[in-house]
Amino acid sequence: MGNIIKENLNPDSIDRRGFLKCMAWAGTGALCVMQGGVLKSFAFGPGGKIDKAAMKGDFAFAQISDSHIGFNKAANPDVTATLREAISKLNALPQSPEFVLHTGDLTQLSKAEEFDTLDQSLKSVRTGRIFYVPGEHDVLNDNGVQYRERYGKDTKGDGWYSFDHKGVHFVGLVNVMNLKAGGLGSLGHDQLEWLEDDVRHLKHSTPIVIFAHIPLWTIYPEWGWGTDDSQQALSYLKKFGSVSVLNGHIHQVMQKVEGNVTFHTAMSTAFPQPAPGQAASPGPMKVPDEKLRSVLGVTDISFIRGKHTLAVVDSPLAGG
Amino acid sequence: MERYIRNVLMCAGLLGVVASAAMIHGTQLARAAEEKNAAVSITIDNFSFTPKEITVSAGTTITWVNRDDVPHTVVSPDKKFRSKALDTDDQFSFTFTDAGTYSYFCSVHPVMTGKIIVK
Repeated sequence: MGNIIKENLNPDSIDRRGFLKCMAWAGTGALCVMQGGVLKSFAFGPGGKIDKAAMKGDFAFAQISDSHIGFNKAANPDVTATLREAISKLNALPQSPEFVLHTGDLTQLSKAEEFDTLDQSLKSVRTGRIFYVPGEHDVLNDNGVQYRERYGKDTKGDGWYSFDHKGVHFVGLVNVMNLKAGGLGSLGHDQLEWLEDDVRHLKHSTPIVIFAHIPLWTIYPEWGWGTDDSQQALSYLKKFGSVSVLNGHIHQVMQKVEGNVTFHTAMSTAFPQPAPGQAASPGPMKVPDEKLRSVLGVTDISFIRGKHTLAVVDSPLAGG
Repeated sequence: MERYIRNVLMCAGLLGVVASAAMIHGTQLARAAEEKNAAVSITIDNFSFTPKEITVSAGTTITWVNRDDVPHTVVSPDKKFRSKALDTDDQFSFTFTDAGTYSYFCSVHPVMTGKIIVK
């Protein structure tokens, strides 16, 4: 592992140089390991291989996001094909994901046939279960009624819920409903109250993974890339030693460490979006056809017990 | 004869009054019709409403056209009007009959806001 970033990996501060390198590599085959709020980054070695044994955890799960089934414009005329490639990528992972999180925008227009196509495709994922949270594209016109009928049967409110897996507490949040004019994503009062109550009984040592569609940190408010009341939600999580937040929505990898909280956004399986402020709008970005699969991808995450560590690997569909 | 002339003049005068009344009425009708038929278009492009703010007279019908590759909506927070999700090239129209200021936004991307002032 000659490419471990060695600078400043003390347990109390952020390895800033490593973090920046990790940002630079993200999306092209980097591995970012979070330990007690400190992010360590590894690059693929000269042979393009990573020491998988070193990163093997007690269990692994995966994240896919922003499939936008139904989208057919220039940025990617066949989003079902790239979703299938993402599924192949998941099925080829060295450590099978015990479950998969889909962080929303399953569809482009909330149409029944789009949900059907997604469901049909996801049947081939080799995993125990798929958990969902809605994106704004999944709750158009009906306030999410159809979404919840399909994916939210055992959820609360607009579709939020939590579950425990091998000692890790997972929370799926909904921040795409009842949005206010001029605002960003929103969790709302009821969901915040539920969250406060949901984590109240947990031990401080319990690793927490929060997943939601729109980022729970403010990336670029001019494009709506943030959540108005995310600080309130995070205030309930201060007591925990390890909190990881997984989001989608922005169709690119970004990471940030803030105290005990590590934030991570995933690539889309459908089309890329521009870096913040680098285009007139955050709309679908057309890249040369041969580059498309290098900016789409999946994320796999392994949990390493005892070290409070989540190892997060972003893998593009091709070129990584 | 005198009486006849007076009657004719009176008639003419009355006609004139009627005619002018009809003209005034006709002009008002025409203007109302014009306002009723007034049509203004707002383009949704690059996650923004263009023009973002517009002043129109009462009776104007505004049509929003989505030119983005992404669905948007046109929603009045006080529920005066609300479109369904507009896919690329979809349109939504609403006729503003009463004077007032109408703010609206895209409920999918709430950073997108606009305003209609009706006079």
